[in-house]
Amino acid sequence: MAQEHSHDHPHDHDHDHPVLKYSDDSEHDYDETARYPLMAEAMRQLLIEKGVVDADRVRDLVEFMDSRSEAIGAQIIAKAWTDADYKKRLLEDGTKAVEEFDIPMLGAELIVVENTPDVHNMIVCTLCSCYPRTILGLPPDWYKSKSYRSRAVIEPRAVLKEFGTDVAADTAVRVHDSNADMRYLVMPMQPEGTEDWSADQLADLITRDCMIGVTRPSVPETVAAE
Amino acid sequence: MNDGPVSEKLYSAGDQVRIAQTNPPGHRRIPGYIRGKNGVVERYCGAFPNPEELAYGFDGLPKRHLYRVRFRQADVWQDYDGSDQDTVDLEVQEHWLSKAD
Repeated sequence: MAQEHSHDHPHDHDHDHPVLKYSDDSEHDYDETARYPLMAEAMRQLLIEKGVVDADRVRDLVEFMDSRSEAIGAQIIAKAWTDADYKKRLLEDGTKAVEEFDIPMLGAELIVVENTPDVHNMIVCTLCSCYPRTILGLPPDWYKSKSYRSRAVIEPRAVLKEFGTDVAADTAVRVHDSNADMRYLVMPMQPEGTEDWSADQLADLITRDCMIGVTRPSVPETVAAE
Repeated sequence: MNDGPVSEKLYSAGDQVRIAQTNPPGHRRIPGYIRGKNGVVERYCGAFPNPEELAYGFDGLPKRHLYRVRFRQADVWQDYDGSDQDTVDLEVQEHWLSKAD
């Protein structure tokens, strides 16, 4: 191979092919962004004109989704950390356990996966952007990017590292591709030194990214020092 | 109308299964990277309307049995460079599965 490939100039094979990072997206996604909102609006107007849905129903759904945020997920995980019985119910039947918080799964089922010293879980939807929206709100853009969706299954440890999450070699990385009717939520490990905290205090540590499984909760240094 | 599953389920947790290596046209929820791979049933998820029918405005009935199947990353990607214990789980409708030895 070296024989056929002799050049008299040095070159770098990487320079023309930047590696996509999870925070990027391909140009293909960007050059049509204006088109999709237009198509969505045209579809909304047509459905209303034809009497398939009415404007109030559309507004109700939009308002419902706007009312969802990671704070709901944080509340659920904090409850599980402080209530062993609830944690058991949540891991056994996530759908039923979140009903106790009046959270509907809208036809999907919830599976809660627990991080332990031996197992680190992370969530992706390689086909589109399936996500526990009623628990975490709308997914972040990077979750929908082609690079995250492909790299999370091909090289999860490299992706985790880019999020600042180093997973030890003897800890298994379990990727969950939510490609059908299940939705997934990661229960992170409770940080050391927070055993006496209340559920409300703990909830502040539990971020969206922790519950997708790309980061771990940590105690802010200012709090730890108190 | 029969809105139950198509038949008794064929697999249970722990069964070794193979995903069909096939590329039919149409809306499929089985990503290409997992077709033709072997894994182990992690759990039975229940019966759900068939997404391959729902996508075209049909009712998706009878429902299809759905399983979560766990694959070793080393079996999925030839040059996977993580740990041997690393896995990827996907949900697979029964008609994509066959028994693996």
